Amino acid sequence: MIAAYLVLLIPLVGIVFFALSGHKENTGKLNVQFNAVCLLATIWLAINVLNQGTIVSSGKAFLVDPFNVYLIVLTAFVGLTTSIFSSPYMEHEKEIGKLNDKRLKLYHSMYQGFMLAMYLVLTTNNMGIMWVAMEGATLATVLLVSLYRSPESIEAAWKYFILCGVGIAQALFGTILLYYAAVQIGDGENALLWSVLYENAVKLNPEILEIGFVFLLIGYGTKIGLVPLHNWLPDAHSEGPTPMSAVLSGLLLNDALYAVVRNKMLVDGATHSNMAGYLMMGFGLLSFLVAAILLHRQKDIKRLFSYSSIEHMGLMTFSFGIGGALATFAALLHMTVHSLTKSAIFVTVGHASQLAGTQKIDQIRGLIKTQPEIGWGLLIGTIAIAGFPPFGVFTSEFLVLLATMHSYPWLTLPLLVGIGIAFAGLFRHIQPMVYGEKPKDQQPITANLWPVMIHLALVLWLGLAIPGFLGNWFSQATLLISGSTPL
Amino acid sequence: MNIEQLDFYTQAILSMAALIGLTSFLMLGQGRLLRLIFGFAMQGFLLTVTTALAAYSLNNHHLYISAVLTLVLKVIFIPWMLRREVLRMNMHRDIEALKNNTAVMLGGASLMVFSYYVLHPIVQSSSVVMLNALAVSLSVMLLGMLLMISHRQAIAHVVGFMSIENGLFFAAVVATNGMPMVVELGVAFDVLVAAVLFGIFFLHIRTSIDSLDVDLLNKLHEVDK
Repeated sequence: MIAAYLVLLIPLVGIVFFALSGHKENTGKLNVQFNAVCLLATIWLAINVLNQGTIVSSGKAFLVDPFNVYLIVLTAFVGLTTSIFSSPYMEHEKEIGKLNDKRLKLYHSMYQGFMLAMYLVLTTNNMGIMWVAMEGATLATVLLVSLYRSPESIEAAWKYFILCGVGIAQALFGTILLYYAAVQIGDGENALLWSVLYENAVKLNPEILEIGFVFLLIGYGTKIGLVPLHNWLPDAHSEGPTPMSAVLSGLLLNDALYAVVRNKMLVDGATHSNMAGYLMMGFGLLSFLVAAILLHRQKDIKRLFSYSSIEHMGLMTFSFGIGGALATFAALLHMTVHSLTKSAIFVTVGHASQLAGTQKIDQIRGLIKTQPEIGWGLLIGTIAIAGFPPFGVFTSEFLVLLATMHSYPWLTLPLLVGIGIAFAGLFRHIQPMVYGEKPKDQQPITANLWPVMIHLALVLWLGLAIPGFLGNWFSQATLLISGSTPL
Repeated sequence: MNIEQLDFYTQAILSMAALIGLTSFLMLGQGRLLRLIFGFAMQGFLLTVTTALAAYSLNNHHLYISAVLTLVLKVIFIPWMLRREVLRMNMHRDIEALKNNTAVMLGGASLMVFSYYVLHPIVQSSSVVMLNALAVSLSVMLLGMLLMISHRQAIAHVVGFMSIENGLFFAAVVATNGMPMVVELGVAFDVLVAAVLFGIFFLHIRTSIDSLDVDLLNKLHEVDK
């Protein structure tokens, strides 16, 4: 359990440290080191869980089981690689005069604040604290979205703040209803603990939980970016600094979905119907299709990939909604590969837009001719995210399709059409950007593409062969969520 | 339900629910910002009284802490901050012309009916009083959203946002005698940070568009115009 406390303690120290020390030359590197130490702590935690199974801390305040432990490691990993990218990127932004030391201090301190909120969402056993941490993640990132202080970024941040704040208030109402159902069966102070609720799920009042789940899904669904609650997402992703887009897309969306799935497990236990599942399938499929179509109309490269995030989150929500072993397994795998691929893409996009000096798709041209590694990185990343074999996204999307064919054959058609539309939407924009003629005065920049290569290599590996321990892990998590295993 | 047969505490909770619902409607139709903030402070005060009453009647001491937190945050700090902002921007004489005021008020009334409709299944497992309390808190939340939709000033948005929190808090106090202490402290912390961030945002929005009218925040579009 010490490992879990360490995971929370390190970013907490990070917030205070960066807030007090101010921005110096090595602050970016220190940020990398904080994240690296945190990754080590999460790996230690993962090994503990692998050996001992589910760990509940002594006061029952924290719970680490196969479902959240792999998300914790993933969070730490993406946090680390993004910070490796962010260190030279933010220095470059400072050199071209877009940022100053004071804002960089805020940036690094809140980077750690965001990581802390993410770890707290994942490790806590208390559904109320989960809400507090989720809101905390909004509060930590809202000033980072407006870091450039341009009118557009302030507008995006205001939209993000208001929409997510109001949205997530619905989730608190859902949590209150959950608590209301829980106090009826006793145990006041402990009644919001997930482990307690899960044991007593059968006894909870199904009517109250059904109403509560609607609010929880809308609330956390705003954070997942489910249509029609998605409006904040493309704005916040496109106007904030690129490392922020990478962690928002790669981590925040996943963790919001995690919160929904945790609640779904309780509701399923109480209602014995698939009401929660149907709601998730409906919202998921709607988000998937709408985002796939909107991909075609984007003019801004970061907005393009934010819509791609909405599309993939929709697919995951849909897949968790189907329930059953295969669909849940597919959704867990998709969470992992999407998170790795999307953060890699945002890193490449960050370099590409620094290279071209703009985020407008029309004006980014000839990436392969100017700087091959960025061009190829973007192309391969897009191929991976569009679901081409042999990448991991192909495997998980294929499994989602299989599960759909098995349970709801008629829904396979909209899924296939959606994947096709999304593919076309991505490639019509990407092709001219990577292959087009290079503008005259475009010069290569210093870019560190190691994070991208590592992420894409991992996604490739997951597509070719899922390593035994990871497969085993996914099976255990699937068993926990759906009650049966796929293997 | 025969009101005369209920105990004093339950009757008081019902009247409090009615009054809190009323303040929401008062805010909804208010075009003057200072009055709006006053309405919000009043709602916060009613909430404080409800919490203190619950703490006294149920002999639940940690609710006193929540009552103090509500008093400090929602009755004193946030209204003070908003009022200072209004005076600084010299907006206290402006009356915001609300479009379709009648339609908005009727919409508000239907939202209240809708809340009762949504929460009606709860009656099967608990009392009618609980239905009233939860339905009023849900409608305070929905009315807060309607307030944000119908007003254009950033300050009115913050009032709507915080009034949604009031609705949630009322539900937590009345239906469940308050959430566990850690959660309540966490929520209060979030509200405090949100209030401070709103203050920072007012500064940024003012320097960026020289006004707090959020209709002027219209640079980002789904597609280029």
